[in-house]
Formats: sequence, C-alpha cells, structure tokens
Amino acid sequence: MAVQETPAAPPVVKQKKDGLFSKKNLQILRDPLDDTNPVTVQVLGICSALAVTVQVKPALIMSLGVIFVTSFSNLIISLLRKSIPTRIRIIVQLIVVAMLVTIVDQTLKAFLFDVSKKLAVFVGLIITNCIIMGRLEAFALGQKPWPSFLDGLGNGLGYGLILIMVAVFREFFGSGSLMGYQIVPQWAYDHGYVNNGLMVLPPAALFIIGLYIWWQRSRNEKLVNVS
Amino acid sequence: MESLVNLFVRAVFVENVVFAYFLGMCSFLAVSKKIKTAFGLGLAVIFVMVLTTPLNYLILNYMLEEGALSWISPSLASVDLTFLAFILFISTIAGAVQLVEMVIEKFLPALYSSLGIFLPLITVNCSILGTSLFMQEREYGLAETAVFSLGAGVGFFLAIVLLAGIRERLRYSNVPAPLQGLGMAMFITALMGLAFLSFSGIKI
Repeated sequence: MAVQETPAAPPVVKQKKDGLFSKKNLQILRDPLDDTNPVTVQVLGICSALAVTVQVKPALIMSLGVIFVTSFSNLIISLLRKSIPTRIRIIVQLIVVAMLVTIVDQTLKAFLFDVSKKLAVFVGLIITNCIIMGRLEAFALGQKPWPSFLDGLGNGLGYGLILIMVAVFREFFGSGSLMGYQIVPQWAYDHGYVNNGLMVLPPAALFIIGLYIWWQRSRNEKLVNVS
Repeated sequence: MESLVNLFVRAVFVENVVFAYFLGMCSFLAVSKKIKTAFGLGLAVIFVMVLTTPLNYLILNYMLEEGALSWISPSLASVDLTFLAFILFISTIAGAVQLVEMVIEKFLPALYSSLGIFLPLITVNCSILGTSLFMQEREYGLAETAVFSLGAGVGFFLAIVLLAGIRERLRYSNVPAPLQGLGMAMFITALMGLAFLSFSGIKI
C-alpha cells in the first residue's frame, strides 16, 4: 500500500541490452518468491487472498488468475508508460486491470463454473488486489516491457506460493483432504481423530501467515522491521 | 424496517468486512499504527462506501442487467451487459473518490489536510469494491443496499480503530524481533476475528 504514496514514477533506468534470461532478469523473477515476497514482506494483496484458501483447488485457480493479471497488466502498462498522463494514471491502470480481470472471470464462468461459484466476488476483487497496483506503480511505470512482465510473473508466483501453502495446511488439517481427495484414512477417524474445526474458519489463515512471517524473518535478519 | 436493522447489525458485526471476508486488509494493516489516522481513514471509507454502492446499484439496475435498458426502448430489453460490471464499478469508485477529493479540498480544507493522503488510497481499498460486488451477488434492493453499505463502512471503521488501539498499546510490550510489526498485526487480527465470530447467529 505504501507504494501508492510515491507520487512520480521512478525515472527510466538506462540499461544496456540484456539477454531474455540474463542474470538480472532471472533475479527479477526470483526475488519475489522469497526475499521480497508480495504477501509476507511487501504486505500487498492480503485482501482477496485469505478467504479462498479453505481448499487447495480454489486457491490454485485464484493464483493462476492473479499470475495472469499481474504479468499482463505489468506488460501492458509498461508498453503504455510513455503515453499515460501522470494525473490520471490510476484510472488508466484500473481500467486495464479491470479488463484483464473480466477476461479471467468470463473464462472461469465458461469452463470452471463450480470453482467460479466458490470464488464468487473474490475474482472481481483481483482488480483492487494491492499487488497489482503496487507493482504497476513501483515497477511497470518505469521499466521496459520484458522485465516488467517478469516482475509481474514473479510477484504473481510469490503470491500463489503463499496462497497454496496456506491452503494445503487448511485443507489437510481442516477437512483431512487435499485437492478434494481424502488423505486421512477412515480408520483414523474410527480411532478418534477429529478434524481441526479452527482451520476452516477465517482466522486460521491469518495464524498460518503470521507463523510463516515469524519463521521467514527469524531466518533472514534483513527482513526484521521492514514493515 | 426490522429486516433493515437486522441487515445493518449483520454487516457491522457478524459479516464484518475485515474479519469475515478479509477485505481492505492492505490499508487495514498499513494505516493502523496510530488511532488518529485510523479514525480519519475509517471515516473516509464510510463516506465513500455510502456514496458509491447505491450509485453502483443504480448503474447495475438501469444499465447493465438483462432488461435494464428497456427504459430507453423496448427493443433493448434483451441486452445483457453484466460482463461490464467490473469496469463500470471500478470507474465509478475511482471517479467518486476523485470528485470527493476535489470537493473536500475546495470547501473543507481542514478536513482535507487531515484526510489528504488517505482519500486517493481508498480507490484501491478492496472493501469498497467488495461491498458493490456483494450487493450484486446478493441481489439487494435500493434501501437494503444503502443500509448494507453503511453497515459495511461502520464495520471497517470499528475494526481499524480497534486494531490501532491495540497496536498503540503493544508498543510498550516485549515482542520478539522477527514478530514485530506485520507478524504481530496478523496474530492480533486473527484473535479479533475469533472474538467477532462470537457474534454469529445474532438476530434482532
């Protein structure tokens, strides 16, 4: 969110010709997976993320949708970056993102109707997912299309990683299954094993992310007190 | 009337936008370090919410839904533009926020300087768009929409001011370094969410 407050886009960095998968570009792709993870370090995109993590399948679909939208919105805005007036850039960005999200929403409704019903309003909420606006403002407005695309891809993947991790925990402990397949066998239930009801409730996602942040920051001193 | 009061109470406590749906978490976590700023943001959210959701209701019902355009000419009755909902909703919100910002800047400079930075941020607050989308999904009427948006706004206000209060107190406690800031805010929000779960099932 804090990214929004920077008024002007960073100046275009003069760079010499890089290969498509040069070291620097790979770095752009890899960093958001851990060191600058959008959810746990940049505090972006927690909004629409947590409510879809009760089961793995909706979380997977949601992540794919977000990866698609982040990478292509970054690409489009980066291509348009020289012709967007600064004063109305937020509205332009929102329209581009809303168009991409409409594509995702219509595709889901056509081919995966049951998942689309489960995700309900959260597909639409990808529009206001702070990851997308945050990356557009912080990266795509000042960089070339290809690095922007990779940055969007990386951030989308970093988001998906957290989402799926939380969903695996919640589905396994909450309903004893993964992707809808029963993992905990029936005899365990016969001997008194009980699913953890807390995991199905909304606060569980926050507990899991909180614990992950704790683990990540105690492993990497640099991240302490980032936000 | 009774059902409207019930809807309001549900929107504030039982289905609180923050604790039950995790909407608006970004600004909720980022702007909850001081009670004063949290208060300002909360008020601005209530205001924009009450303004935009009924507006989106009108757009949805008189422009987008199947048969909604029949007030122009009967031949348009079969047009269904619902797929444009996202683009129009977010444009309404962005436009309304811009308008509100200009009006407040012109006529209430004192309020503007205290809300200033938060107003543009509200455009990308998921709880605003979320309320409009819930309105569409649950097929509320106009009166219900107005009450629901007020309730959702008040719910967000309540949540952010409460969290800011707790975080101000926490400054004097001895939290492990890796857990400071974001980590602790997550745990507090989770515990507050558990507390708000106790409201479920309440009816008036």
